[in-house]
Amino acid sequence: MDLTFLLQLLINGLVVGSIYALVATGFVIIYKSTSALNLAQGEFLMVGAYVCMQAMVGFKLPFLAAFCVTLLFTGLLGILIERVILRPLLGSPVISVIMVTLGLSGLLRSSLQLCFGTDTKPFPEILPSAPVHLGPVPITQGYLYAVAGAALLLVLLTLFFHYSRAGLALRATASNQQTALSMGISVKQMFAISWGIAAVVSAIGGILLAAIRGGVDMSLAYMGLKVLPVVILGGLDSIVGAIVGGLVIGILENISGGYLDPLVGGGIKEVVPYIVLVLILMIRPSGLFGKKRIDRV
Amino acid sequence: MSRSTDNSTSSAGPTTTVFKNDLALLGSAPARISLLLVIALTACLPLSNSSYILDVANRCGIAIVAAIGLNILTGYTGLISLGNAAFMAIGAFAAGFLATKGGLNTLYCIPLAGLITALLGMVIGIPSLRLKGLYLAMATLAAHFIVEFLVVKWESVTGGVAGLSIPAPVLAGLQLDSDRSLFYLIYGVVLLATIFAANLFRTRTGRAFIAIRDHETAAGVMGINVFQYKLAAFGLSSFYVGVAGALTACQAKIISPETFPFSLAIDSLAMIIIGGLGSVTGSILGALFLTLLPEALRLATTALSGSYPALVGNIAPLKEMIFSILIIVFLVYSPHGIVSWWRSLTARFRRDSAVQKPKRR
Repeated sequence: MDLTFLLQLLINGLVVGSIYALVATGFVIIYKSTSALNLAQGEFLMVGAYVCMQAMVGFKLPFLAAFCVTLLFTGLLGILIERVILRPLLGSPVISVIMVTLGLSGLLRSSLQLCFGTDTKPFPEILPSAPVHLGPVPITQGYLYAVAGAALLLVLLTLFFHYSRAGLALRATASNQQTALSMGISVKQMFAISWGIAAVVSAIGGILLAAIRGGVDMSLAYMGLKVLPVVILGGLDSIVGAIVGGLVIGILENISGGYLDPLVGGGIKEVVPYIVLVLILMIRPSGLFGKKRIDRV
Repeated sequence: MSRSTDNSTSSAGPTTTVFKNDLALLGSAPARISLLLVIALTACLPLSNSSYILDVANRCGIAIVAAIGLNILTGYTGLISLGNAAFMAIGAFAAGFLATKGGLNTLYCIPLAGLITALLGMVIGIPSLRLKGLYLAMATLAAHFIVEFLVVKWESVTGGVAGLSIPAPVLAGLQLDSDRSLFYLIYGVVLLATIFAANLFRTRTGRAFIAIRDHETAAGVMGINVFQYKLAAFGLSSFYVGVAGALTACQAKIISPETFPFSLAIDSLAMIIIGGLGSVTGSILGALFLTLLPEALRLATTALSGSYPALVGNIAPLKEMIFSILIIVFLVYSPHGIVSWWRSLTARFRRDSAVQKPKRR
């Protein structure tokens, strides 16, 4: 195997990985502040991609306007979902929350199917597709934009969490709800905001993914389950972990796909992340960057 | 977080004065009569000539076995599993392999498939010593995708994407290939499965499961070997689910990896949550509800499609939508499942209903 092939795989992995990182960040934000496991994260991504496509193709908006509309829509959707579905379940056992997000994912998926059908829809070309050469490796320009966009967003999120009032309040809520409450922070509001942010971040991931794929269909939702290996690897409650985990899983699945697929006849890409998940759970359940949980009686 | 267990189908409770009554499965006359009625009604089903009704009834029976199995693990022992479809697949393909390549009578393959699934389930359950709650949910989710991959790739055993075709089970020289003959087989299994599960939670083992669910550390302190009992729960639950998978194989006659998608695991989980966690009656009610619901929706949409032709192409997503909304509504408004309605209904007709009010968690 030559080096170009490896580099190609690395770059593909990096691109997919940066989108995993985005979606996983959304997931971690929800988990950190509300300790709910959101299995509908992939559907948020899909909603983002479809809404943006509808705004551009159906309503003929320019990309920037469509982008803003999508963010607004998904943000409100996230807040609404928290208010209507998740809040009544506060304090319920883990299994109820897992199940309700599974129900939510079915609801979002079927609504999209009713609105848009199941066929693959072309996504308008928003990223230039002409390849640039990085050394010997040709890279589609869109890939670079996607990675840059994801990186920019992650930086913005970090700034938000460290310097804005709402971001600080969110972190306070995540670290100790009682203390946050006594400091005058509305914890319920923070829950809603974190769902909103998670939905928006995933929606951006969805738009980027749709743009580099050139089309949207129901398979986008699989990204939602792929995020689980990512967050387990990185640590369920660590945003840094989500980013590192996303890149690692993205690269790992592409490289294993590239080298092992010819041996077993395809499909290895889909299963490698889950094998990693099991291994991590056996060796280090808290992941690379997660906080170790100590059970007290 | 304590849930009351299934004993409230009996009149056990404040009215009992003897410990023996407290242990009785069916303490009151109404409970016994209603159970007999249910059994009699079920036994009447094969009188129907419609193969549609029998087919649906058979699928209900299989769902009941799978739901009871999952409830042993998730509802009673508190170990969340998203791998139910994978366990069913293991059972189905084990039965299929033994019947086609091993040349065994498919009838004997059903319990054997249960045993194989139980063994594999215990292997998958080993991490459960360290993993709890959502971590275990994720491990079993991963197990689902790994099993799916193996089923597709291990062609010499599973037939790969093409799948296996299962010969009909033979009982005393009779080919059980019609829906009616399978009905007797499936409901025989349902009866055994229900009786065993209902009794299980009156034994030391079953009580240990519940203790682990309610407080693992406390259970350990009281001398319960937590790991051993967790593995036992995995094994027992997987046995049930494996048998359900093998029965699916008998009923479907041809099985492929697509027979057991991830959505099947979600359905099983929905059954026990909507029916009632930690309740055998709840598993049965949930399995019936979620198997009959898609049929009802399908009939309704077909009936309505005459006046609303736009419905025709959208039946599948509409079904999924209503299904999802119901799951959400149930979790939000009736977190204890259908079985809690039954309990509060019967409590209303009791003299000492004030004491019998179902407690809210």
